[in-house]
Amino acid sequence: MLRDITIGQYYPADSVIHKLDPRVKLFATLLYVVSLFLFKNWAGFLLAALFLFGFIWLSRVPVSYMVKGLRTIVVILVITALFNLFLTPGETLVEFWIFRITREGIVSAVTMAVRLIFLILGTSVVTLTTTPNQLTDGLEKSLGPLNKIRIPVHEIAMMMSIALRFVPILVEETNKIMKAQIARGADFESGNIIKKAKNMIPLLVPLFISAFRRATDLAMAMEARCYHGGEGRTKMKPLKYKKRDGVAYLVVLVYLAGIILVRVLVK
Amino acid sequence: MNFIEARKLVHEYIHRDDEGNVESVQRALDGVDVDIRPGEFVAVLGHNGSGKSTFAKHLNVLLSPTEGTLWVDGKDVSDEGNLWDIRKNAGMVFQNPDNQIIASVVEEDVGFGPENIGVPTDEIWKRVDQSLRSVGMLEYREHSPNRLSGGQKQRVAIAGVMAMEPKCIILDEATAMLDPNGRREVLSAVQELNEKKGVTIIWITHYMEEVIKADRVYVMDEGKVVMEGTPREIFSQVERLKELRLDVPQITLLAHELRQEGLDIPEGILTRQELVNALCR
Repeated sequence: MLRDITIGQYYPADSVIHKLDPRVKLFATLLYVVSLFLFKNWAGFLLAALFLFGFIWLSRVPVSYMVKGLRTIVVILVITALFNLFLTPGETLVEFWIFRITREGIVSAVTMAVRLIFLILGTSVVTLTTTPNQLTDGLEKSLGPLNKIRIPVHEIAMMMSIALRFVPILVEETNKIMKAQIARGADFESGNIIKKAKNMIPLLVPLFISAFRRATDLAMAMEARCYHGGEGRTKMKPLKYKKRDGVAYLVVLVYLAGIILVRVLVK
Repeated sequence: MNFIEARKLVHEYIHRDDEGNVESVQRALDGVDVDIRPGEFVAVLGHNGSGKSTFAKHLNVLLSPTEGTLWVDGKDVSDEGNLWDIRKNAGMVFQNPDNQIIASVVEEDVGFGPENIGVPTDEIWKRVDQSLRSVGMLEYREHSPNRLSGGQKQRVAIAGVMAMEPKCIILDEATAMLDPNGRREVLSAVQELNEKKGVTIIWITHYMEEVIKADRVYVMDEGKVVMEGTPREIFSQVERLKELRLDVPQITLLAHELRQEGLDIPEGILTRQELVNALCR
């Protein structure tokens, strides 16, 4: 059950994309997501596809591996497509019972589906090629200016990285508690949804207590090692832009310009 | 100048009810006098609730004394301005290995302390290298802490403290959750730091076998220091230790029983070799 969670999964490989600065990748993702909602015709679609597959090819992550990630969104994909298909007004093509399929409906269903697929593929290239630590580092650095309006960026990044560190520990602990409770006759398998949810209580209560205890211990250990927030803190692995990061920024900007041009020029 | 000097140290845990009224006061430390010289390996012994952990937390200013005074490295702990200086010079290793490792990569965790005290990047790398090497964990630098054994995790925690270049390391029951192999691993790593780098070690434990190699031993009971001396002096008083509900190392106990039965061997035998020598004389 818990092993299926794939958020923050990292695919180790030695590629240009892996070596890029996380800030570039975050920026590129943002622009890429925006660009997906800018194109309206086949030319824009082609450009986005070209950009995406070039990116995937450079990352050396096998395409089959990425497509696996799509399985989790199949339901959302189908629902979105169906809504678009049936609920878009326009020129009627087919009509049966209360359903009506329009030409515009087909077009918007297909574009919506493609957009979603591209969105998931694009963002998963980033998570697959960036370690969680690099991601939090990148976030901390790029959101740095928010510090001025009193958003505790460093603290949020620290919380994220600690949370990531404790995921496997808490998963292990959950399994341990589960076994202990099963040994005492707890039943996590049978019954309907409500009964199952109720049965989770003997699992969740000890898990929460132990998590809080760990939190106090960890806070003390951090204090003992002189942790006092982000102020006056140096970095063991500071982020530094290299030449390739500049090139990557350029490529992304050119791509965005291309998408805008295509939208304006091609009718 | 002593590295640690405690005079009439008192700490009270005050339990309050929901309205903030004092429900009960528990005296965890009751007039503790301790002197520890730089470079010493000192063990603090005591069973659960003897106040030894409370004492340890004072050395790192995680707790402040209710009464009495405590100087660490010549600095008064009740002065707020000394806080970070003291924490930097008196590193602390805790009991649970999982709950004191912060990063998800070994080397980044070791770098955490130096990052906090603002060491420049190049210097951090140098220190991480050195301290991982000094506990024999250099080859694991890029591993995830989750895959390490308990003893290895504690060695990483020690490296994390070492990277801050402290003058003293306090280990608060650092071996309590480890198997015998892990315990031996951690103890020998610490002994090496003490001998080679001259780091003062304060080893807090309730395992008797671990204190044999210490320079000096303090025994605590109900918040007071009840015995003090070299391991040999302490373990020659088997009856007194039994009164304090502390176990004596098996060899020492055997020698003691033999002596009681009328055999002519000295008190305070600590190792198997000593016993063999005494018997074969």
